[in-house]
Amino acid sequence: MTSSEHVTPVHAHIPKVGTLVGVWATLVVFTVITALVATVNLGEFNVVVALIIAVTKASLVAWIFMGVRHTTSLTKLFVVAGLVWLGIMILITASDYTSRTWTYQAQPWATNPAGGKSR
Amino acid sequence: MATIAHGTPEIAAEEVNYLNVEHGWKSWLFTTDHKRIAVLYLISITLMFFLGGLMAVLFRINLLEPEGIFSAETYNRLFSMHGIIMVFFFLVPSIPATLANFLIPIMVGAKDLAFPRVNLLSWYIYVIGAFLTMYAVIRGGVDTGWTFYAPYSSTYSNSYVLAAAFGVFTAGFSSILTGLNFIVTVHKMRAPGMSWSRLPLFVWSNYATGLIQVLGTPVLAIVLLLLAFERIAHVGIFDPNIGGDPILFQHLFWFYSHPAVYIMILPGMGVISEIVSCFSRKRVFGYNFVAFSSMAIAVLSFVVWGHHMFLTGQSMYTSLAFSFLSMMVAVPSAIKVFNWTATMYKGSVSFDTPMLYAFGFIGLFTIGGLTGLHLATLGTDIALHGTYFIVAHFHYVMVGGMVMAFMGGLHFWWPKITGRMYPEAWSKFAALIVFVGFNLTFFPQFVLGYLGMPRRYHAYPPEFQALNVLSSAGASILGVGYLIPMIYMIWSLKKGPKVGPNPWGAAGLEWQIQSPPTTFNFDETPIVTEEAYNYGPLEEVIG
Amino acid sequence: MAETIAPIGHEVGAADTHLRHHFATPAQQMDAATLGMWTFLITEVLFFGGMFTAYAIYRGIYPAAFASTSEYMNVKIGATNTIVLICSSLTMAMAVRSAQLSKRASLIKYLIATMIFGTAFLVIKGFEYHAKWVEHLVPGFNFAFPEHPEFVHNAQILFFLYFCMTGMHALHMVVGLGLLSYLLIQGSRRVFHANYYAPVEMIGLYWHFVDIVWIFLFPLLYLIGHWHL
Repeated sequence: MTSSEHVTPVHAHIPKVGTLVGVWATLVVFTVITALVATVNLGEFNVVVALIIAVTKASLVAWIFMGVRHTTSLTKLFVVAGLVWLGIMILITASDYTSRTWTYQAQPWATNPAGGKSR
Repeated sequence: MATIAHGTPEIAAEEVNYLNVEHGWKSWLFTTDHKRIAVLYLISITLMFFLGGLMAVLFRINLLEPEGIFSAETYNRLFSMHGIIMVFFFLVPSIPATLANFLIPIMVGAKDLAFPRVNLLSWYIYVIGAFLTMYAVIRGGVDTGWTFYAPYSSTYSNSYVLAAAFGVFTAGFSSILTGLNFIVTVHKMRAPGMSWSRLPLFVWSNYATGLIQVLGTPVLAIVLLLLAFERIAHVGIFDPNIGGDPILFQHLFWFYSHPAVYIMILPGMGVISEIVSCFSRKRVFGYNFVAFSSMAIAVLSFVVWGHHMFLTGQSMYTSLAFSFLSMMVAVPSAIKVFNWTATMYKGSVSFDTPMLYAFGFIGLFTIGGLTGLHLATLGTDIALHGTYFIVAHFHYVMVGGMVMAFMGGLHFWWPKITGRMYPEAWSKFAALIVFVGFNLTFFPQFVLGYLGMPRRYHAYPPEFQALNVLSSAGASILGVGYLIPMIYMIWSLKKGPKVGPNPWGAAGLEWQIQSPPTTFNFDETPIVTEEAYNYGPLEEVIG
Repeated sequence: MAETIAPIGHEVGAADTHLRHHFATPAQQMDAATLGMWTFLITEVLFFGGMFTAYAIYRGIYPAAFASTSEYMNVKIGATNTIVLICSSLTMAMAVRSAQLSKRASLIKYLIATMIFGTAFLVIKGFEYHAKWVEHLVPGFNFAFPEHPEFVHNAQILFFLYFCMTGMHALHMVVGLGLLSYLLIQGSRRVFHANYYAPVEMIGLYWHFVDIVWIFLFPLLYLIGHWHL
């Protein structure tokens, strides 16, 4: 109905309807897949697969729906930085819990300083 | 001692500026002018500073006697409220919400910040947070320490934890919005020709501070929220009885609160760069190093938080990593100190009040920073954690550092903000009093900590009394040192000599517009063609 | 700020770009708004991130207890809600597109659709919460775990995180609905067109972000232990 040739949009990248619907369909399919995969017992890998699918879905939403593919490098950097910071918080905190039970074995040279043979 | 002569004002009639362009309370409470908002913040944080200072006076009185004067309960509330008010309602907003709010748009050549209404909203949010916290104070305060550690805060404390936590939660959003505004302004509002490498270092510092505010403060918000749920409904998330981990509280709390201490120093470092450059009549030595050190501090500050948790049962291996990284984060700060010193070398140094505060900063911050290394070292921290050594360390960096920088910056830009000059003799005297009072208050605390006196105790063994009395005496001198500027600065608003655009002969866009500036700062958008700190030979000051 | 009407289908050369005085060009204003919204979304990443961290830690140390909660999570409802939100993201993206093309009727239509999906999500969530209440699974109020008494404490932590994370998400949805109502009102006043659609796009970014949070909440909270069809 409206032609856009006589407007001068700021710098709009207008997505195609087909692209948006395609992303929507992909997201729905992935949702079904992730729910179905969860019925199979893969042990530790259940959460890995679930997260890979979730990351894929989130990336599609960000890249296409949120328009990250058309944004400036600065915006892309900001998105990555936010995720990196989240990663820092989770990974370093987790490292505490993971390594709390590690035991420390003193080396012989540390416990026998005087008169011991050097290794 | 050379002093730059103040320019003779040639203003006959009162020119229109952001202060007199409109009158009435509505024009202030509904303003979107970043300069007016900066003034609103200045009044608010000054009030909070004196409230927090009053707490300090009271508990330093308590510490005159080994058995204490107040009850332990009261003492605990006093130091906790002192910490909460000073950290969240004074230091975190201090330079960013006042000086940076005022100066950043001018320094980048813009008419305002990117989001002026968000700026006003951040002040309103701050005021709401302050009222919530003052409600907690009036009802008796909290006794958990400013750190709100679970499970004491969540389960056992009888004090007004929720009100205080909610107040801090609210103030956090004010901080986030300020940081967000600065980040977008510096990226998107720079005038033509104002490249990143031509920005004043004050802008770099506050930009880095904004990054920390945006990335760290949300985690404070969520951890306080989790604490509130635990306190209200005993859901168990930090309750060891059901498998919750109080250390998780500390991880989340310090993930913000360590970077927060860099929010509480970086802007001060930015001020020092400006002052040292102006009063050495020389560009800052190693501009790139100083600029990148601000960014390095912002990034590294997020990976060292565990050094607050060495004695909690945190994994030894994680502690080792945090210890190493904490040593690393000292490096960029040291780089700045070297560069400021090199700036003064072969410069034409004058000893105006802002420069006196800058000297104080450099010396006291260095002491504070070096003692931070004592604490970053795992072995020594085991002995020093929880003692007055820590209290002395952080007061050296925050008060000897940041507050000195704030006072220096306030004096340096006072003529720009108000159009008036303060009395130089009184200001120098006050600076001296602050320096003497500060050292008398906090140096004995290093010794006390070394000797083993624990912090957060209302009573102490009698052999520590002499040092405590020295410290309390120093505190009263320090208090006087802060009151004197209050008096003469308010006096100067009406009686101080009026000044022209550039009383210091300083470089920078803010010194090329009138004092005080107009509402939109520039008549025409400036076009920047020169590097920052373009000081030539010492010339006749333009009035 | 004057709102000039930009009639659809006519010349829009003089359409109001709502340029604020401190910006030099509409492009600069749009750039600043976009960066500002993304910066805000980063703060939201860290905000929700705190809860995700707590979740990750506790799941790491109590894997069996967390797995035992899976039979109480209604995967069908969770999956349905996920698809509802994905649909709302599509309609939101279509709404932004409509604004970019000055298609006012489409904009209104897609905004309403988005709000319907968002409301549906919240209604379904409401039923879900009610079911949890009836089953005595609300920590701090009526929590009981009779079928696996050895996990009662640690499961309580998971259920708290479940309510906290989905509750915070739901709160963001409610705020989102409020923002969409604002867009609906402004949109019906012909405020948005190809030369000015920043609020639609920015609120769209917010809405998609809330969808992304749910995309992670669904597998982490509902698909812990494996379930049977």
